[in-house]
Amino acid sequence: MQRCNCNPGPGRAEGGRNRGQQVIELRDVAYSYGGGELFSGLSLSLAPGSFHFLTGPSGAGKTTLLKLCYGDLVPTSGEVALWDEATTGMARDALALNRRRIGVVHQDCQFLDHLPLRDNVALPLTVAGRHHEAEAYLPDLLGWVGLTRHANRRPPELSGGERQRAALARAVIMSPEVIIADEPTGNIDWEMSQRLLALLVELNRMGKAVLVATHDMNLIRAAKAQVAVRTLRLKDRQLLAAGAEL
Amino acid sequence: MKRAFWTALSFLAGDVQADRSVPPTGFTARLTLFTAAAMALLAVFALSLSLASARLAARWSDDLAQSSTLRISAPAEQMAAQTAAALEVLRTTPGIASARALTQEEEQALLTPWFGPDLPLGALPIPQLIEINEQGGGYDATGLRARLQAEVPGAVLDDHTRWREPLVAAAGKLRGLGALAIMLIGASTAAMITLAAQSALSANAQVIRVLRLVGARDSYIARAFVRRFTLRALSGAAVGTLLGAVLVALLPGGAQGGDSFLTGIGFSGGDWLWLVLIPPLTAAVAFAATRGAARRMLERQS
Repeated sequence: MQRCNCNPGPGRAEGGRNRGQQVIELRDVAYSYGGGELFSGLSLSLAPGSFHFLTGPSGAGKTTLLKLCYGDLVPTSGEVALWDEATTGMARDALALNRRRIGVVHQDCQFLDHLPLRDNVALPLTVAGRHHEAEAYLPDLLGWVGLTRHANRRPPELSGGERQRAALARAVIMSPEVIIADEPTGNIDWEMSQRLLALLVELNRMGKAVLVATHDMNLIRAAKAQVAVRTLRLKDRQLLAAGAEL
Repeated sequence: MKRAFWTALSFLAGDVQADRSVPPTGFTARLTLFTAAAMALLAVFALSLSLASARLAARWSDDLAQSSTLRISAPAEQMAAQTAAALEVLRTTPGIASARALTQEEEQALLTPWFGPDLPLGALPIPQLIEINEQGGGYDATGLRARLQAEVPGAVLDDHTRWREPLVAAAGKLRGLGALAIMLIGASTAAMITLAAQSALSANAQVIRVLRLVGARDSYIARAFVRRFTLRALSGAAVGTLLGAVLVALLPGGAQGGDSFLTGIGFSGGDWLWLVLIPPLTAAVAFAATRGAARRMLERQS
């Protein structure tokens, strides 16, 4: 079993409300899918303010691992804890409240296509019964991701990069303590991926823990030039700390 | 009670933003509206049938229970004497308020529907009828029959029990069938709306996934669907009830249409108030059905 204690590097400002507490922790986790075991004996802990990349070949289980991290999947065995509370057996309401502390940028973004972009970005506030706060945040947030002009357009009318940035804006509107992004630069050009990386780095500097699954080695190298980054590699059903070659 | 009222009002007023989270679904919306309207229409008919049966049962039960008939069949030369003897027996029987021999014209009127107005009543051996009106708890029928047998050999007492009771029982059963029909209509409405809600929830699986992703609780997701289906059922049922009320009002005779059961179907006076209950009851059924379906579906999808 490989265990990655992925704590922030020295000199980093720790963020989050609970200093010293792991925001997400996987303990000896196994997950089986379709009769086969995707991975087993996997342990991982993410500290507040940390920045991690998760790499690995296609089908290794990166997306599954991320889903376990935000409680969308339940492990076959082992334990996933969000802020020291195990997700197994957690009431669905409690899980929903924990998800509000985690901003997720999905691989395919996942929007409500019948709503304009501004309402999609404000959706986490809406479901939390705080829609009235949206007007205070939306202008700055849409400006930050460069989508002010597209506020009233619907998601299907946006390009891949615009959708990714919109997903990032939605992920951070509740000021979550963790950002989890699954292949956020998968469908966009280099310039756009650099803009997204800049946004993620900025969030990390604000104290958010960031976990990004990606195939893009150039993105990881670019990130390493800006912040202290740990890279994890999911391969052969195990999670390894990747070396300096990355 | 006051709290429940405000909760219901707040539910109906809803949360505009939450409602917008779920896209409009044309097919299930139309299905719910149509089902609620059709079922409300049927409920109006079942209710009118049930109320008409209740009225008929009450009329037969109350009116006929207080009256009976004495029939005297005797040779023409003894008829007057036996009639007088019978009236005397009846006059002295406790529990009888009054007794009166029907005139020839009244008997003629009774027979006219069957034999026409030209029946030569005087030439036919028609029995003499005496109408008896009871008082208090009525009379002792067994004792009266015994006295009549001794003093008026041609008299036959008909206290209406023989044919009144089966009719009252039949009317009661008809009323029960009406109530059963209303319950079946309610169950069918619940089943149809459950299916429509399940269909809407399945069609919106992606919406539910996104809402969960951003931290929506099950109650939030369910509420958006439940409110939509409840309001559709309420408006559909209102239309169906109105249409049903108009159709019943247009029936010949109506509730005041006389003694016939068919012409007595309808609503009278306070009966109309029952109709006001149909739309909110349909909405309550839709609320419970959709909430149950949503909870089961969300539990399965988690």
